[in-house]
Amino acid sequence: MKGTVLRSGRGTGEQAGSGIATLPGGLGTLPGGLGDSPDRPDGVQKVRGEFAFASDLWMDAMLWGKTLRSPHVAARVRAIDTSRAVAMPGVRAVLTAADVPGRPTFGLEVPDQPVFASDIVRYHGEPVAAVAADHPELARRAALAIEVDYEPMDAQCDPEAALHAPPIHPDGNLFRHLVIRHGDPSARGDVVVEGSYAVGMQDQAFLGPEAGLAVPGDDGGVDLYVATQWLHVDRAQIAASLGLPVERVRLYLAGVGGAFGGREDVSLQIHLCMLALRTGRPVKMVYARDESFFGHVHRHPARLWYRHHASRSGELVKVEARVVVDGGAYLSSSNAVISNAACFAPGPYRVPNALIDGYAVRTNNPPCGAMRGFGAVQVCFGHEAQMDKLAAALGMDPIELRRRNALTRGDRLVTGQVLTGAVPVREVIDAAVAHPLPPVPAPDAPMLARPGGAGATADASHVRRGVGFAVSFKNIAYSEGFDDYSSARLRLEAGLDGEPTATVTVATAEVGQGFVTLAQQIVRDELGVRRVVLAPASTVDVGSAGSSSASRQTWMSGGALQLACAVLRQELFGRAAELWECGSSQCTSTGSSVRRGDTGERLGIAELLARGPLETEQELHHRPTKALDPDGQGDAHLSFMFAAHRAVVDVDAELGLVRVVQMATGQDVGKALHPLQVQGQIEGGIAQGVGLAVMEEIVLTDGRVRNPSFTDYLLPTILDMPDVVASLVEEPEPGAPYGAKGVGEPPAISSGPAVLAAVRAATGLDLCRAPLRPEDICLGGHPA
Amino acid sequence: MPPEPAVIADRYELSVNATMRVVEDAWIGETLLFVLRERLGLPGAKNACEQGECGSCSVLLDGVVVCACLVLAVDAVGSEIQTVEGLSASGDAADIQAALVRGGGVQCGFCTPGFVVAIYDLLRRNPDADEMAVREALSGNLCRCTGYGRILDAVRAVQRARAS
Ligand code: FES
Ligand code: FES
Repeated sequence: MKGTVLRSGRGTGEQAGSGIATLPGGLGTLPGGLGDSPDRPDGVQKVRGEFAFASDLWMDAMLWGKTLRSPHVAARVRAIDTSRAVAMPGVRAVLTAADVPGRPTFGLEVPDQPVFASDIVRYHGEPVAAVAADHPELARRAALAIEVDYEPMDAQCDPEAALHAPPIHPDGNLFRHLVIRHGDPSARGDVVVEGSYAVGMQDQAFLGPEAGLAVPGDDGGVDLYVATQWLHVDRAQIAASLGLPVERVRLYLAGVGGAFGGREDVSLQIHLCMLALRTGRPVKMVYARDESFFGHVHRHPARLWYRHHASRSGELVKVEARVVVDGGAYLSSSNAVISNAACFAPGPYRVPNALIDGYAVRTNNPPCGAMRGFGAVQVCFGHEAQMDKLAAALGMDPIELRRRNALTRGDRLVTGQVLTGAVPVREVIDAAVAHPLPPVPAPDAPMLARPGGAGATADASHVRRGVGFAVSFKNIAYSEGFDDYSSARLRLEAGLDGEPTATVTVATAEVGQGFVTLAQQIVRDELGVRRVVLAPASTVDVGSAGSSSASRQTWMSGGALQLACAVLRQELFGRAAELWECGSSQCTSTGSSVRRGDTGERLGIAELLARGPLETEQELHHRPTKALDPDGQGDAHLSFMFAAHRAVVDVDAELGLVRVVQMATGQDVGKALHPLQVQGQIEGGIAQGVGLAVMEEIVLTDGRVRNPSFTDYLLPTILDMPDVVASLVEEPEPGAPYGAKGVGEPPAISSGPAVLAAVRAATGLDLCRAPLRPEDICLGGHPA
Repeated sequence: MPPEPAVIADRYELSVNATMRVVEDAWIGETLLFVLRERLGLPGAKNACEQGECGSCSVLLDGVVVCACLVLAVDAVGSEIQTVEGLSASGDAADIQAALVRGGGVQCGFCTPGFVVAIYDLLRRNPDADEMAVREALSGNLCRCTGYGRILDAVRAVQRARAS
């Protein structure tokens, strides 16, 4: 099941310290097909600086937009005076809540968030007004010239307190309380361990800032070019607030500089369209980095309490948990986040009895929503620390404890759902452990290789090494009865040179993950057509693809495209059968031609296309899932991905500095359709997991964001990044197109908890909060 | 409140990729990054932070890598500016660019032009840089997508190919 062949990036030879193991050989036969690692089609443009990102868009006579945001965490807006801004030469529009033509609010699930705050601001950075002007500096100054009379109010920034506090929004402070009651809640184990944990607020920190260009249309509608994760859901929210029918709001995907969940919610879209419609001119808006920190949702901070019960022989008997996630001022995707957090709270283990309480709470903190691995990331810090505690209490090897309790096919989750797909939990654990440990650094190793790096502070004699382990799982695609689908349009025609050309039109947001490469691979494999062109993604030419999130696009948009290929293949067979005057069941495809079974005759696809193009649009809906019942029971999820991570760290406990030396991982991928891109997802996800473990946090003081810049919000650099050694566990997933599971999220889930475990091992400290701060270590642990 | 109206420079010239480019009626406070991207049609240098923290805006100023977001455009008058577009046109970074594409060093690509400029500069100064030296030289360039593994691998591939 697990491959052992080390392979490196395609064509680049051997590597030091990094490698990836997978099964050799592709699925198909055509070069550049599935299982191969062809170059991404947008790669050349990107390395040449020619790829048009949203912030690169430009039009003659365009204006620049700028948002004015609340400096207060909570305040009543008594009055807004825009007269000084309006009077400034070169200022073309100043808009506030009073100017919203349609629905005054928006939201992914429930429109509970004002387009502009009208009477109350509920978080630091909430939009209050927007300006369009001839020059970005002028727009900035005009925004500053808007006078807002605020009356500051008491803010509710503690989620536990907010649960019982007066509502800060008409919809109340509790987004969702989810209870999972499974088995016998009164069951008790011989050995019981308890712990409290906390996770800070992480930022997606995609490098391409929020940006877009809105152009007023001749029909009173608007064309918006924007970097987003889900064009159609943006369109619905924009149209509602503009008071326009959806057909008159046309969205086109502009180049997306990373997303990681942070572009799932509307940010500047409605403001930009309003400014364009008001001025009758194209308007461009680009968030500066500080504004980006205010302009999108973040990863939910969480507080976790756990009590694990086990038998003396190390079988889990019961897990009790209480999970509270801070959703901030508006709902966004908090309901789905707490659902994941509760469903996956025990980790990928067999747990016969469970009592789990999940709360998503509204506060006056910045709104939180989607970020890679959502819900599963937060609870993993808790359940994995608990497994280590339990192993210590049992006197058992922590990896053996995990293996013994690992879920397998046929087991039940605490939601009662029986696992019918691939569940290679033991396999990912074994694969991660099988990688050799890195050597201990020589005493004369360069300073940069020590904790603290360029700071040149750590004394080699103080550095202690630790190894930690963590395992995780998460759902693929949307859950709890959501009708999740994607659409793909495929056109097949003879190019000008006669060569068959396939054009793929999908609204799938390419955010960096490489769906564009996969789309080409699928068509090459399915139809034997080498030339595959991707049309621009928009809401104009094709139905919704759903969001590029939840590790779902390979399955959903890949599956829709596979369906479209199958339909066109049948049409090619039909044409061939007509020419041969035989039944189309006689036809099979062989590479780039169609073969007649009884005679062995062949017709090239090019010949068949001489009669004209073929085109189809197909939708793939995944198997329906069910809502959870009042006890949190039900088949709520489609499929699951599993991963294990082993972290090796060096710690200077005196200075509280950590260097992550190596991350070894085993990941369940179903089938690697593009091994190099899988490797990229693994390494990139691990970087974000390591970041959350040791450096990344939006620091809030009473709801105020203290570090909205890359100077103060630290991201892992190439010096911080450990070597990554990865093994792919390939056990095809039944029902998934090509047997492939999503791969984007798992690397970001248990990698961070593995780092915390390693630092605990190195220091002996009971560290229970992520990210780790130097003072947590040198002052001897931090209460959650 | 800042003073109004903004001071407008009537006219200045920049030498970009060996071509003299005229900038007219520009606000005096515009950065080199803004002028390249918004006035001269050269959006290759990117705008991820505009505070000197990410390296996505890297260009060569008289042969030295700088963050274009930290340089006032008017201060670049009289200097030779090279952008990723210039490196692409000359083919000087072609092997680096090819290695990044082939080796999986590009995902969203927003950091990529900055990396191309930084790697080009590093390998020109220190062709045999060992891994730590490569990491140190590229530590001013943030990438949020790749975890740097394939970028590092691409640098090694170029070093090997150039050495042979
Ligand atoms: S944009 Fe210049 S360093 Fe980030
Ligand atoms: S590839 Fe996206 S930031 Fe580097």
